[in-house]
Amino acid sequence: MTQSEARAKVRAFLEKFIRDQDFQDADDIFALGLVNSLMAMQLVLFLEKDFAVKFTNQELNLKNFRSIDAMVELLAHRGVVPAATPA
Amino acid sequence: MTLRTYIAESISPHAELWDREERIPRAVLTELGAHGLLGASVPADQGGSPGTVLDWGDALEAIGEASMSLLSVLTVHSMCSFAVARWAEADAQKDWLADLVSGKKLGGFALSEPSVGSDAKAVTTRLEDAGDNWKITGTKRWISASEMVDVFLVLGQSAQGPTAVLVPRESAGLTIAPITGLLGFRAARQCEVTFNAVVVPKRWTLAGQGMGFSHVANSALDVGRFCIACGTTGLIRACVRASVDYARSRRQFDVMLSQHQLIQAMIADMSTAYLAAHALWRQAAQSRQQSDPASIMETTTAKYFATTACARAATDAVQIHGANGCGPEYPVQRYFRDARVTELIEGSNQIQQLMIAQDALCAFASPRRR
Repeated sequence: MTQSEARAKVRAFLEKFIRDQDFQDADDIFALGLVNSLMAMQLVLFLEKDFAVKFTNQELNLKNFRSIDAMVELLAHRGVVPAATPA
Repeated sequence: MTLRTYIAESISPHAELWDREERIPRAVLTELGAHGLLGASVPADQGGSPGTVLDWGDALEAIGEASMSLLSVLTVHSMCSFAVARWAEADAQKDWLADLVSGKKLGGFALSEPSVGSDAKAVTTRLEDAGDNWKITGTKRWISASEMVDVFLVLGQSAQGPTAVLVPRESAGLTIAPITGLLGFRAARQCEVTFNAVVVPKRWTLAGQGMGFSHVANSALDVGRFCIACGTTGLIRACVRASVDYARSRRQFDVMLSQHQLIQAMIADMSTAYLAAHALWRQAAQSRQQSDPASIMETTTAKYFATTACARAATDAVQIHGANGCGPEYPVQRYFRDARVTELIEGSNQIQQLMIAQDALCAFASPRRR
């Protein structure tokens, strides 16, 4: 799976919960109040299930789930998707 | 002996006595451990019970029908065991998990405080840095089965924010004071637990510092809500059964109560409530089995519906019994008291409504135009 495919998959999941507001890949969905406190758990379940990965406690830091960019970066760090190519 | 037989022979007949004496024998939990019920919230590959989530829900429903106090003790144990399996580091799991799964040790959940309930992030219990240890100071209240519990999952504040840590009951500086005469769940024996500079190793911290609420408490409460949804569905069934038996055995105005249409209306409502609550927790169980993110809101919905419907069913069950419903000879007075408590625990029903509404405002919104 490419990074852009992973990005689209994460966005599609989030858009089930964030319907009436546009948000960018870099936006902090928690700081902007777009999701409730249960979303952290839902994101962990979603990413672990759909990307077949098990996160460590250190990786479960909220900062890794704050934005689509952060989640894709975490998946890249775990080798689930390729790392971004330097510009 | 099957679990069903054990419940019928060794739990149901004693539930009233346990309620009056405000205690449950520890041996009952040991026996439930032998039936695999104390490891049901732990994945099988970590030593937990091999059954499905549906199997677990069926067992919880049967226990809730017999004794909601026992169900609540199982609930907090399941929350603690789950959290250890999900969030503890390997060496902490080595210290606790096998004994929790087998039932050799009983887990507890210490979140509420005298001044902190629904706003769980605001707990005031302090976790002070003491090198490789935490020094814990504070008071927890409404903590189930504290005198039987071997290890508490405690949510406190460290310098990094809400942090969860395991604390053995036998720790120096930990004292327990029972709270008797409660409205419901009397046999679960709620307590106040005070931590006076209790020292525990930091390696018993669950997840990272600052993640005690967002990850540990939230996910443990999700397990708790599943247990309460299933158990309370069992309590609705108990209300229906007691009401049907009574209505078929008592004669008023020269006909059986069951022939009176206003009695039938109440029985119809509680029967419908049972089937709906049963269907909701089964839906949640199927999603939980698949680790589907939808399971979280389905569980919340199942808990909210079952507990709200149960409060109504228990009220109607007392109504059908008339004055007998208020006396000690019939169990519906216990059902009524216990049903009321289910609306308050593992997140009050107002908190459940907020979460369900936030989800519904997204789920049922028309797709936006782009």
